[in-house]
Amino acid sequence: MTSSTSTKTAAAEATPRRRRRGHNFTTTDRAVLSGLVGGPTILHILLVWIPALCTVALSFTYWDGIGGLNEIHWVGLKNYQQIFTIYQDFKPAVRNNVLWLGFFAIIATPLGVILAYYIDKELKGTKFFQTAFYLPMVLSLAVTGIVWDYIFRTNGFVNSVMGNTDAQTAVSWFGDPHKNIWIVLIIASWRHIGYVMLLYLAGMKSVDPSLHEAAAIDGATSWYTFRKVIFPSLRPVNVIIIVITVIDSLRAFDLVYIINRGRNGLQLLGVLVYDNIFGEATRIGWGSALATILFALSIIPIMLYLYQTFKKDK
Amino acid sequence: MVTGKSSKVGNSIAISILFVFSLVWMFPIFWTLLQSLRPYGDVLKYGSVSWPHTLNLHNYWTALVQSQMWKYFINSFEVAVPAVLITLFLASMVAFVVSRYSFKFNVGLLMLFTAGNLLPPQLVFIPIFRLYIHTWVPNFINSDGVLYNTQLGLILIHVALQMGFATFVLSNYLKTIPKEISESALVDGASVWKHYYVVILPLLRPALASLGVLMTTWIYNDFFWSVALLSSGDKRPITAALSNLQGEFFTDYNLLAAGATLAFIPTLIVFFTLRKQFVSGLTLGSTKG
Repeated sequence: MTSSTSTKTAAAEATPRRRRRGHNFTTTDRAVLSGLVGGPTILHILLVWIPALCTVALSFTYWDGIGGLNEIHWVGLKNYQQIFTIYQDFKPAVRNNVLWLGFFAIIATPLGVILAYYIDKELKGTKFFQTAFYLPMVLSLAVTGIVWDYIFRTNGFVNSVMGNTDAQTAVSWFGDPHKNIWIVLIIASWRHIGYVMLLYLAGMKSVDPSLHEAAAIDGATSWYTFRKVIFPSLRPVNVIIIVITVIDSLRAFDLVYIINRGRNGLQLLGVLVYDNIFGEATRIGWGSALATILFALSIIPIMLYLYQTFKKDK
Repeated sequence: MVTGKSSKVGNSIAISILFVFSLVWMFPIFWTLLQSLRPYGDVLKYGSVSWPHTLNLHNYWTALVQSQMWKYFINSFEVAVPAVLITLFLASMVAFVVSRYSFKFNVGLLMLFTAGNLLPPQLVFIPIFRLYIHTWVPNFINSDGVLYNTQLGLILIHVALQMGFATFVLSNYLKTIPKEISESALVDGASVWKHYYVVILPLLRPALASLGVLMTTWIYNDFFWSVALLSSGDKRPITAALSNLQGEFFTDYNLLAAGATLAFIPTLIVFFTLRKQFVSGLTLGSTKG
């Protein structure tokens, strides 16, 4: 800013050429531009991409994390081999992540879309309904876990309503390894459905109203119009919702961690990574390999997202 | 759209179903509120599903003053406010360059940022944890002299991750603003910095407001990074500090309910007062077709 007068004259001289031949920057402009882009980019790469690549590299090593960097030994694929064969929590974690994805894809996401369809009709009370469905999104997952604990704990709402008032007969919704994952999925859906609905509503608002009208003149019912006209025209939103569904299923962590640290039926890949770094034994290699597996699974949805959002720019 | 007798009946059925759904949706929150107003002894005596004999704010008093939850509120603001401001500032700079100048790296850079934002945090945090343990900081920031277990470290990682999303949203927003506005500034011979600071930044105000509201909520609600990067309980923001109220052997669940309510009340206030910004922030980033 101090050299604004000199910059001004320089820029004024450069203006005619710039208009004709695209950019022709002064030295100051060049420096400012590099600062504007360079600073944030370096920070982002330094704290996101380099660590991500380091994790991938560490997944091929053994390191207890206590000694210095020279204690890191290259072990090739041994971590992966051990995880797939002898790590007991791995299979339940994968099963739960898959279950999570399946539940979101088959139940929660379609329910969010259907709700959006009805909310979009702007029926009586639509503002109230929207508020109700958006509310869970505002709550953190940690608070969500606590809030639902009052519903499902052994002396909580559900057990009391079912008449299971003493500790002997009460159903341990969170303690039973065959039941708890389903309860967690209900809780997670409570949040996910509102998010899908919000995204879908925004998408539906952007649909050309003439599409609705044309279909109505043809005598189509509104549900038929939705299925055959609106839904296909919302392809970009559909792709984004698929991506969010997959990525959220892979990243799941907070909810199970606050409920029981992700043990006893609630294992998830995201929690296992954490356990191997902060748990009783520090196994950086295993933790990194698990994180890399998560990464490998996220690559497809990330690419899909990038393709969908940037294909027009190319 | 379609108006006829049959659809009117259909609509009232839809309304009833939606109504029941919304009540079910809100019930857990109301239930927690109710629990937070009841003394522990009352629940112990009559059971959690019973007509409340006593309702008071005692649990809130205990949570705020005795358990010192007010301190964690301050922690939350100390992390969220600078993190959001820095993120918006940095992201607006990149968005400005990417959307106003046609460099070859533009799309690639945006893709890098967007993909970075979508990475699982678990992939990033192992080296970050090691890095923070070995990064020296002056004693006035942390008496241990390292970046680990400091709010500064937490702010940095939030900025680095959220910047991806913010840049993406802001550059989408800028693309909808006609370039003529910029061109008139260029004819006037404004420098790049002036173009950004005087022309573009004011134009971005609505998008910055939406993003600010949304990201403040996100960072305020963060649990993963606060738990991973802050080892001392007393430095943690409120969302992560809630576990302090969960005792190892005994938990006063009504006190915890008050704590949880206190933790989500600010986000509810933000949602109800700035709902438009909240919703548009979420949709700005996703509906670009």
